[in-house]
Amino acid sequence: MNEMSFWERAGHFFDDIGLIRIGSSYAGDIDFLILLVLVVVGVWFLAAELIFLYFIMRFRAKGDGRRADYIDGKNKKHKRWITYPHFAVLAFDVLIIWVSFQVWNNIKMTLPDNPDAVIRVIGQQWAWTFQHPGVDGELDTPDDIFTVDELHVENEKVYHFKLEATDVLHSFSVPVWRIKQDAIPGRSITGWFQPTVTGEFDVQCAEICGFGHGVMAARVMVETAEEHAAWVAANAPAVTAAAADANAPSPGS
Amino acid sequence: MVEPAVDLTHGQHHDDHADHGPQGWLKYLWSTDHKVIAMQYMFTGMFMALVGGFMAYVFRMQLAFPGIDVPGFGMVSPGEYNALVTNHGTIMIFWVAMPVLLAAFGNYLIPLMVGADDMVFPKVNRLSFQVFFVSTIVILASLVVEGGGFAGAWTAYPPLSADSTYNLTPLGSTLWVIGVGLEFVAFLLGGINFITTLMNSRAPGMRAFDVPIVVWMIVVASILFMLSVGPLLAGAIMLIFDQTIGTGFFNPAMGGDPILWQHLFWFFGHPEVYVVLLPAMGVVIEIITTFARKKVFAYRTVIFTVVATGVLSFFVWAHHQFIAGIDPRMANIFTITTLLISVPIAELCFVYIATLYGGSITLNTPMLWALAFVATFLIGGVTGIFLGAAGADIYFHDTYFVLAHFHYTFFPIAIIGAFAAITYWFPKMFGKMMDDRLGKIHFWGTIIPFNMIFIPLFVLGMGGQHRRIYNYSHFPELALDWFQDMRVLATGSLLVMLAFQSVFFYNWYKTIRHGPKAPKNPWKANSLEWTTESPPPHGNWRPDEMPVVYRGPYEYSTPDREDDYWPQNEPSPRGSA
Repeated sequence: MNEMSFWERAGHFFDDIGLIRIGSSYAGDIDFLILLVLVVVGVWFLAAELIFLYFIMRFRAKGDGRRADYIDGKNKKHKRWITYPHFAVLAFDVLIIWVSFQVWNNIKMTLPDNPDAVIRVIGQQWAWTFQHPGVDGELDTPDDIFTVDELHVENEKVYHFKLEATDVLHSFSVPVWRIKQDAIPGRSITGWFQPTVTGEFDVQCAEICGFGHGVMAARVMVETAEEHAAWVAANAPAVTAAAADANAPSPGS
Repeated sequence: MVEPAVDLTHGQHHDDHADHGPQGWLKYLWSTDHKVIAMQYMFTGMFMALVGGFMAYVFRMQLAFPGIDVPGFGMVSPGEYNALVTNHGTIMIFWVAMPVLLAAFGNYLIPLMVGADDMVFPKVNRLSFQVFFVSTIVILASLVVEGGGFAGAWTAYPPLSADSTYNLTPLGSTLWVIGVGLEFVAFLLGGINFITTLMNSRAPGMRAFDVPIVVWMIVVASILFMLSVGPLLAGAIMLIFDQTIGTGFFNPAMGGDPILWQHLFWFFGHPEVYVVLLPAMGVVIEIITTFARKKVFAYRTVIFTVVATGVLSFFVWAHHQFIAGIDPRMANIFTITTLLISVPIAELCFVYIATLYGGSITLNTPMLWALAFVATFLIGGVTGIFLGAAGADIYFHDTYFVLAHFHYTFFPIAIIGAFAAITYWFPKMFGKMMDDRLGKIHFWGTIIPFNMIFIPLFVLGMGGQHRRIYNYSHFPELALDWFQDMRVLATGSLLVMLAFQSVFFYNWYKTIRHGPKAPKNPWKANSLEWTTESPPPHGNWRPDEMPVVYRGPYEYSTPDREDDYWPQNEPSPRGSA
């Protein structure tokens, strides 16, 4: 953490000012893109607003009989004032598009090979069911651990998730990981994440899903290797049936 | 080939001494005068703005003080909260922004500005409002039927919207779709008139580039609407079938696809943004040129830019769906088109700013609204770049950042643009001059709270707060004290803003009762509506005084002329047009 380059430092800007923590391997990339847009667009925005306000004050009618200039904007010398800036806008668009591509391709288009584990996330009205691999480390085996509204993952491990929904659209969002993906009934959507900070974080449903959308909260527990192994060992066979059938949000949330 | 209008009133009791045609209040119900229809649209839209504003008040109170007994409403249940945000969005876009800006000012201004006595199809125009009025009743009824109003967000994504076992509002959701569908029919009928009237009814001498920009913008908006609404109407019919007769167009269990609706909706939904934006931008440039006494900077550039924006707006819709489960490769394509649209929009803003250069600017109420539109819409525009970049949208999608962003576009459009238009054309529409001091009090009392509402919401969105959640205390990361302070600040600002609207209504009432009479051309403006009486008579001009056009509408401060304006219908001294 202490040896961050300038660019990594920039990616941690929103974490540093205490607005939103960084909790995954790619959260800093997204924040860097956001900061880039903020700076590039912010400079343009401030320049435009300042010129705008300056013109309003500079060219106020003062009752001294001064008449407005007659400028039709057809003259190339005048028109330059709007054509050059708009070429610059285009250039900055290209810069933003390029960085956005990198971020998007890394998170949504490439899937790291050989994940450390695969989990399944199932949205339903109005709870999240999480299916974790049991002691054998494989998903869809009899010792899988099902939980409701509580996701347990091990820090620094690369996870694949399979996102599903049973009834309407939901959206799996963990703000500190900067991850978000809609869940669609009838489909299984695969994505990935790699947590980098231990602790307990919010999961929100980000797509309106009916009456209880506002209480469709879950928690993700990012644990150290020892904690996680202990949790798996303690929960592996016995919890399965009980948690999978439970409909109510767990008291932990 | 069409039956005469009087047939429609035969069922009513007639006074023997009456003229032909309907009398009394029926005169207004059955009028084919474009100005009366414009007023009908405007007053319906203003009434619906109060309804939508009340909804905002209720759910903002719930967010600032969760569980409070909201004065005038009561406790807000999660279902009611969802219904309130859903219908707030629906009403503000389809029953406020569209009727006031597009329909009311489109109807009022197009015939007057092109020098026509009325629309080309006055009866189609009347039918347009009548269908719209029915749609208004349907959407209001949907709020009070058993089960409550539709609560699946204004985007109405299935399967939630398609199946009442999921949305729990069997009547509300169907009435919602029917209401929105009827509203589209009304605007299609209106759009036909706008386009045809501009094409066929221009005054002698008025060439394409002598038409005021606001007319161009309204007509381009109507064309965008017509081209984009078809897929959504088809989708709406499929959705009604899914809801009522058990088809499965959007039901994956029956072979349908819920994402199909999203494509149909946003293929309409994104051009729709420009459908309401363009009339507001048109209104603003008319006001800026008048009160800066300046010719518009590069008229043709504006028109071509608007057309380019319109064309591009058909190729950006999937930026609403980056993380909705579409092919991720598509996101890259739509990132490019979305960011490209910033080029023509930025160019329009540059043109508006450039038009001020060298002007002689009078800051009265309409001008303040017009300038405020540019200043605030810029915020809405630049924050769109964050969301158009797919990489950043992974985080921002469906957060309050999105909400604050589109309120910074829609509020300038629907509220600031509408107040600009109303205060500017009020003398023409009602024949009285509004009180400028009260107008300025109302302006500042609206514009400052507006920013105080939505700047905190940008911060909350950046902090990871998602939309459409009735109570954030269920989320430990969002239950922070300073987040709650932001929510209270936004709600408090909303209350202040709503309170200041009374100044506007008082000003309206006072002006109608005691205001000074408006001359024909109080602002010394050039376009044709200022050459007739205030308010204009039926037929707009006396038949022997129909205007003839000699020049474009922006000849302000022309050199070698004593007056700093040059009405479009005034012959040139040397006879050269």
